Order: sequence, then structure tokens, then C-alpha cells
Amino acid sequence: MVKVFIYPSNSLILSDLVDRFGHEPLAVMQEIGKKIRTAGIEVPPINITPEDPKKGLKYAAVEVPSGVRGRMSLLGPLLEEAEAAIIVKEPDISFGCMGCARTNELINFLVRAKKVPLLELDYPKTPDDVKDFVHLIKEFLDKLRVGE
Amino acid sequence: MATEKLVRIAQLSCGSEYSGIQEEINKAANLVEAEIFFPEITIKDVQNAEEEFGLQVASPDLRLMMARAKAIVEGKTQADAVLIATCFRCAEGALTRNEIRRYIYENSKIPVISYSFTERTAAGTLLTRLEALTTTARRRSLLAREIQEGLTAGIDSGSTTTKAVIMKDNEIIGTGWVPTIRVLESATEALDLAMKEAGVTRDDIQALGVTGYGRFLLGDEFNADLVQEEITINSKGAVYLADKQHGPATVIDIGGMDNKAIAVQDGIPGMFTMGGICAGASGRFLDMTSKRLGVDITELGALAVKGMQKNVEMNSYCIVFGIQSLVNSLAKGSNPEDVAAAACYSVVEQVFEQQLQEVEVIEPLIMVGGSSLIEGVPKAMKELLKIDVLVPPYAQYIGAVGAALLVSGFVNK
Repeated sequence: MVKVFIYPSNSLILSDLVDRFGHEPLAVMQEIGKKIRTAGIEVPPINITPEDPKKGLKYAAVEVPSGVRGRMSLLGPLLEEAEAAIIVKEPDISFGCMGCARTNELINFLVRAKKVPLLELDYPKTPDDVKDFVHLIKEFLDKLRVGE
Repeated sequence: MATEKLVRIAQLSCGSEYSGIQEEINKAANLVEAEIFFPEITIKDVQNAEEEFGLQVASPDLRLMMARAKAIVEGKTQADAVLIATCFRCAEGALTRNEIRRYIYENSKIPVISYSFTERTAAGTLLTRLEALTTTARRRSLLAREIQEGLTAGIDSGSTTTKAVIMKDNEIIGTGWVPTIRVLESATEALDLAMKEAGVTRDDIQALGVTGYGRFLLGDEFNADLVQEEITINSKGAVYLADKQHGPATVIDIGGMDNKAIAVQDGIPGMFTMGGICAGASGRFLDMTSKRLGVDITELGALAVKGMQKNVEMNSYCIVFGIQSLVNSLAKGSNPEDVAAAACYSVVEQVFEQQLQEVEVIEPLIMVGGSSLIEGVPKAMKELLKIDVLVPPYAQYIGAVGAALLVSGFVNK
């Protein structure tokens, strides 16, 4: 089993595919889940406190907007764990919505810079594209298992 | 604060939850008896937002903001007021924020305020803005007042100075002006001075209004009839003193700690910005300049009018850099007149760069607050904007006058 970082990081479909083909998806939902399962919600809705953007300074400098750094405080540690990654380019909002383009640029760069096995795919536009899309993901994940 | 009608504020934002400040926004809203809500929309609305709104952006959360703005303007969701907020230092966010703000302002009668936040943004910072927003939403009848009636007093507890006025039958009959040291003591002293000049006692005063940073403390202590933030008060006070109560006007108040730029229509604040990110754009910088030049703040204006700002390179983007420029220019032999002129111009330039981009400047431009008496400041504003600048009588008492005017609505209650 390999830890696979996914982008969009909140894509339920990608997360499910990684899980279904026998690997551990690294998705932002699990990080937010940890936040909101802690006793007492200090900062609704997702319990990110003003301290989190400061933790994000590890990944982006202070002149970078606080929203980027807050997001990086969740996604940065996931990236550090990643042993492989799947990036879907220009996904539809319904496939997984990463709200901030600047964060997305940084995440994609950091994933590529990590030099782990990486699959980059265009978001499918037709039913045939979807079949190819799932097939390529399965192939990539199977190879990861062989690599293990 | 007395129980008021709950105001529903639609929040259009990007990044607030990830900056960890959503609770601060909620807290500030609760303090002004308002509730924050997020307009409901569909995924299709977000997908179509760019095309329908006409602004192409890379961040989906900004498209979400556009879709929500459209839902408000088109009446699909009911809002009493709108708060637009994006991360400080995000260019795409700033563009979207300003265009959405303009769109709502031009296509609805809903009051709107925008803000760029950092993770350090606290409820206290947002409070004045939300207070002004909710006042405009819920108390238009209060803002409709154009004449002061009876015998009323107003106190403006500012960051640097405390002002008080006594008004009777639409005339100012007493004024008091003291430095703010301890909020309550300074307010008492200013009010005593005003009452002495007016020849009245506390018992004679039929209604009292308070504004400024210390307003809540004063409101409790003096049992004030009206406790109101400076945006509303200064809008009313400015158009009242300048005799421009009807039609549009722009009000600029360069205060001791922050600035306000307000687009006013018939005395009611529309779009407004309230700075406070940098002291280089505030009266504090002028105060420090006068100290460094060894003149009283009241003499700085006359000095500046004699000088040429172009002879001195001044950077007041930040108060520290500004003072550095000031010290360097004096060390190079610049004369005090030129330095004073440069300081005034620098502050005005900062106000222009930081705030007037978000407020449409429409004549008459009314400058108020203590800094408007420093002649170099309105002169620099006139040079920069190429329009006439009006400094009304009693401009330095603007908050106190506005409070005394508006509180006269409580005289017969």
C-alpha cells in the first residue's frame, strides 16, 4: 500500500479510486475531519484557528495571503507524507473544488518537486474520456503495487 | 446596546475560513445584533458566474462570490446588508472584491462593505465597519435628520484627541478639545469645556450622543442616548457642516489612527473604506513630523503651505520609512517648509493609494477631522485629485457635531 496524494485534494471520486485499488489516499477531508473531531469547535465551520496560517509559513512566506497559508497548513503535511501523486488538471467544480488558485499552483509545484511517481491527467470531457481516465488511474495504481 | 432588529448580513468571501477568522466575523456581527449567512446557490450558478458576471478568475471561491452576489442582486436570496471579504495581499481577490462591491452598489440599495483580512483580523477591527453597515440597513430614519433640535451634546472619543460640542436649535454654542489620555477623564474634561463655553450644565442637556473609539465606555458611563460609530456620524456631520445635505458628496477624514473615505448620498453613507493598515497614512505621521520639526501640530499646516513637496523624497508607505525619509532629508539640508509639505503630500498620497480606489470620488469633496486644519493636507489633496476640497467650519469637531445632530432625534422621547 502506497500513500497517494490527490489533486483536487477534496475529490471524493479520486479518493475512492485510490482506496478501491488498494492504496491510501491522502485527501484534505481527513485533515479537516481531525480538526472538527477535536473537542470543542473553537472556530466554526472547519475549526482552523488563526494559528494555522502561521503554521503555513513553513510552505509560503508571510507576504502570501493568509488563506493560502491556512490551506497549506492542512495540505503541506499531507504532501510530506506522499509516496505518489495523481493530479487532475482543470477539473470541474463538481469533481473537487480547490477554492484558491494560488494554493493550487503551489501544491502542484510541490508535488512535482517531490519527484515521487506522478500521474497527471486532463479532466475527462466525454464518456470515452472517462473510461480512459479511470483506466489510466488503475494502471498507475497497479504499477505502484508492483513497485512495492 | 439596546435590542435592535436583527440584520441579516450576506457574507461573500474567499479564504476567511482558512485564515481562521470566521469566528471573529461572527463575533463582530453578534455585537451589532446581526447574523452572518452565506447565500445559497447551485453548482450551475458557480459554473456560469464568470461568464454572466464578466470577470475571469482562476480561483473557484471567487467565482462562488460572484454567483452569490448575483443571487443577492437578482433577489433570489434576501439580505439586509453585504460583507465582502478576501485575503489581504491577494490581487485576484482584491479585483473581484472591488468589482462585486461596485456591482451590488450599482444594482441594489443594499448597503455593502468590503474588507481584506489577515489571520490577525479580530472582531474589534471589524466592529466599526459592521456597526456602520447595520446602522445604514436598519436606521435610515435616524440618518434622515437634517436639523438639530433642542439642547444636545456630542462627544467624539478619538484615538488622539477627544472632542465635545453643545448644540442648541441648530447652532453650535460650545466646544471642547483635549488630548485623549484616559478615555473617561478626557471626555469629561472636553464636555466640561464645551458646557462652560455654552453656559449650560449636565442637567440642561436633553440628549447625548457619543462616537469614536471610546464610545462604548462613554455610552455606559454617561448613559448616552446614542452610541454610534464614526462612519455614520461623520457622514452626517460633514454634509451638515458643509451644507451639502442633498445629493452626492465624498467625505474624507484623516484621523489620528485610521482614515475614512465615504461616498455619501443625501447624507447616508454608501460605499466606504476605513484604513488602518498603515500609520503612514494617518494623522499620527503628521504628529510625528511636527515633533521632529520642532513645531506644534497646529503650525505644521502653515509651514507646509510655504514649502514644495517635490524638493523632498518622502516615503510614508510605512511610518518607520516615512520618519527615515524625514530624518534623511533634514540631514541633507532640506528646509522644514519643504519637509512639512512633503509629509502632508505623502499622507494624502497614501490615502489616495490605499483607499480612494474603492470609493468613487464625487464632488463636493469634504475634508474633516483635525488633519483637515493642517492647510498642507487639503492643499495636497486638491493637487492630487485635481478637484476643489471643502473644509467646513468646525471640521475638527465633526464626530461630536454629528453625534449632537443625530441624537436630537431622541430629544422628545
